[in-house]
Amino acid sequence: MNIVIIKYNAGNIESVNNALMRLDVKAEITGDHNKIRNADKVIFPGVGEASTTMAYLKKEGLDLLIPELKQPVLGICLGLQLMCSYSEEGDTRCLGIFEEQVKRFIPEQGKEFITKVPHMGWNNITNLKSDIFDSSLENQFVYFVHSYYAAVGEHTAAVCNYINQFSAALHRDNFYATQFHPEKSGTVGARILENFLKI
Amino acid sequence: MFDLELETEFMLAKRIIPCLDIKDGQTVKGINFVNIKSVGDPVELGALYAEQGADELVFLDITATHEGRKTFVELVRRIAREINIPFTVGGGISELKDADALLSAGADKISINSSAVRNPKLIDDLALNFGSQFVVLAIDARGENDFWTVTVNGGRIPTEKELFSWAKEGESRGAGEILFTSMNHDGTKNGFANKELAKMADMLRIPVIASGGAGNMDHFVDVFTEGKADAGLAASIFHYKEIAIPDLKSYLKSKGIVIR
Repeated sequence: MNIVIIKYNAGNIESVNNALMRLDVKAEITGDHNKIRNADKVIFPGVGEASTTMAYLKKEGLDLLIPELKQPVLGICLGLQLMCSYSEEGDTRCLGIFEEQVKRFIPEQGKEFITKVPHMGWNNITNLKSDIFDSSLENQFVYFVHSYYAAVGEHTAAVCNYINQFSAALHRDNFYATQFHPEKSGTVGARILENFLKI
Repeated sequence: MFDLELETEFMLAKRIIPCLDIKDGQTVKGINFVNIKSVGDPVELGALYAEQGADELVFLDITATHEGRKTFVELVRRIAREINIPFTVGGGISELKDADALLSAGADKISINSSAVRNPKLIDDLALNFGSQFVVLAIDARGENDFWTVTVNGGRIPTEKELFSWAKEGESRGAGEILFTSMNHDGTKNGFANKELAKMADMLRIPVIASGGAGNMDHFVDVFTEGKADAGLAASIFHYKEIAIPDLKSYLKSKGIVIR
């Protein structure tokens, strides 16, 4: 199987590659359009800021390529947010694969010192519906680090609750995305990656 | 259409973090930072803790030499390959390029301590370049008559800084978490500095990791309730198998604390 991790100006892409290596799967990290287009599976990871990252994707023509892909694509963290239509972070128009919008977490008044932002740590995922999940994963804890979230909408494939409910995962056709980091979520995360690779 | 009225609960888990001190590529733990004993291979030990349910790991490099630094970066690369949970690395980070090397090697976060006291702008620079989520400000402090002085060099040297104002300053400069070690409690096994931790939790909008004083499982119950900490860090009680992580986690769950 030919797996490509999209290379762009985002942090910690190697950690996804490390997680795949732990599953004995070899992937190529590349920004090459042909290689991405011809891969069996594409992973679109990312840690960073939305507007500068979108600007980079545009410069590289990846903003046109990614939404056209036909094979299974998995966005992770910022990858999920960039696959949405719009992000409040830097007032950014994103790829529009999911109609959901990305907003900043705003703690309820008086709770700023309890519900801290970023949402960082292990939280549970519920209401799972996508083939990257299976029944064993309902209510399991996964690792999140983010200050912005995709609202719950038509393409929500997993729900998490922090300050408000939000999309822990999205799924539409061949496009999958997780707000959490499967590559850092222990055996639960490894299972989600395995499920994606089996699609 | 998706049903927006879903039943979900607020479940952000309290974190259990074993800390591994590293010297020349080996795990050590100082009792009050002196009389160090070696307790094993960091990658092996870290993987074991991850498997047992540790939520994060901290690796602190206490090697001072240039050669040792290179060994540590290599070690971080091995940790990143083998370990499937987030980990923080600290020790000897005084410039952006030190942090950059550790990020490239696969560290999820870095912790800075003495270097930030000497040069507070380092916090701003790191946060700006790598994001706040990458920057943990570690503070060692010693209290006397309710006044807490920030110390450096493993607690040996007092500074001009006061604990709470320094924590607040760290937050406003862009630190993503505070790791507070009470030098009064470290190594005593009599429990964490819960009063000071609670005060800190109430004044910061970033998570607080409690360190120093863990001796039994009830100390963790206390630090998450009275101390309002987001995470509890310990070393020797895990390394010397005085508390097993699976036992600790089921005990905390039985006390109604949200635990993964």
